Amino acid sequence: MKSLKALNHTLSKPEQALEILEEQHPDGKSSFQDHLQTIGLFPLKPTELEIFQINLGKMCNQVCKHCHVDAGPDRKEIMTRETMLECLRVITFQSSIHTVDLTGGAPEMNPEFRWFVKEIRNARPDVTIIVRCNLTIILANPKYHNLPDFFKENQVEVVSSLPYFTAMKTDSQRGDGVFEKSIEALRMLNQVGYGIEGSGLKLNLVYNPSGAFLPGSQSELESEFKKKLWDRFGIQFNSLFTITNIPISRFLEYLIRSGNYEGYMEKLIASFNPSAAAGVMCRNTISIGWDGWLYDCDFNQMLEMKVEEKASQHISEWDSQALTTRNIRINNHCFGCTAGAGSSCGGATA
Amino acid sequence: MHMKTYYNPEDLKKFGSITELQKAMGDKFFSYYAEVFKEGALTAREKSLIALAVAHAIQCPYCIDAYTTDTLEKGCDEEQMMEAVHVAAAIRGGASLVHGTQMMNKIKEISM
Repeated sequence: MKSLKALNHTLSKPEQALEILEEQHPDGKSSFQDHLQTIGLFPLKPTELEIFQINLGKMCNQVCKHCHVDAGPDRKEIMTRETMLECLRVITFQSSIHTVDLTGGAPEMNPEFRWFVKEIRNARPDVTIIVRCNLTIILANPKYHNLPDFFKENQVEVVSSLPYFTAMKTDSQRGDGVFEKSIEALRMLNQVGYGIEGSGLKLNLVYNPSGAFLPGSQSELESEFKKKLWDRFGIQFNSLFTITNIPISRFLEYLIRSGNYEGYMEKLIASFNPSAAAGVMCRNTISIGWDGWLYDCDFNQMLEMKVEEKASQHISEWDSQALTTRNIRINNHCFGCTAGAGSSCGGATA
Repeated sequence: MHMKTYYNPEDLKKFGSITELQKAMGDKFFSYYAEVFKEGALTAREKSLIALAVAHAIQCPYCIDAYTTDTLEKGCDEEQMMEAVHVAAAIRGGASLVHGTQMMNKIKEISM
């Protein structure tokens, strides 16, 4: 399977996706901006910057059907050491940052990944470093087999996607054979202590629905996953994060192709939750693209919606004051983060 | 007005409007409904699977749509959902077959 970009698909062009998202719904449903205005949250402003999320590149060993990054082996965009040094400079002096969240693609495929993790750990021993590991990368090549030890040595928190505890549902979303490899990788992580109570090594899983429906209760799904993964495979983990699929990129393409777009948007809009809106992740997060541009979140990054112009737009021009006072850029895809119990890279928010 | 079918999936969204013609009873029904599906001695997930089975037993297309989505959202997989449908089928089939004993009784009664 190729990326939308490699296929030159219209939805690989952010302006095309935004045009679809901005279309008024036939039944006159209001926009995300209207919803924020109703609850007094527009313009949406940041709170304190706490999470520094860095996209190390779009290259990935998997091609998941719902991927909002449109990542895959054919994507060559990758962060350079020079841009990483700019990120390190900010991480070092911006003391409000308590979490550095490394994502991709498969962030481990960036040749500077290990160097970067060590540098972050040296610069900020107090900070939580998260790596969004797709699990199968650990088995993809012998050079990655010792990643669990590397993560442990650098006290990295591992966050991994596992859409379900069966092969059928996992493979239908993430590719044939992904479930079996994911289970093997989870065993390797457990073996070095990840997800084991008292080890201090956190292993969190991400659940996102494998279709045009919303995630259910995070706590109920976590109990179910814990029981099933333990009973069937002897696997342990710390927490399950439920994440709503955002209608952009490959998931948007799926929604349109399957005739589910309108119904899904209606559902997101009908489930708008003011408490989730107040707690959206873009208020305490900044997202850095592989080429150093700054975004309000990873989804805006994929839609190429940079932070507004008067805030500093590139990591090399970082201006804390300008970023703190900026207006967060929104569009109708944001309904994905405010539906039901809310959704963020750390799971439910309300 | 010409109707192509008695059932229209769009009508499910209008369910709440039944209160327009009888508000007091409608409100009580929806309040009761919400109470029933809350987590209790049974989890919300278990209740959703029961609802899916009952939807098939009473063959309500609206309920089948609603509880297929709901069970998926609550993390059930296709195998569990189909087992729930088989429970409905087994009870329905069993309900017919168990009357076979009545038939057998009658055979005895009127046969030499």
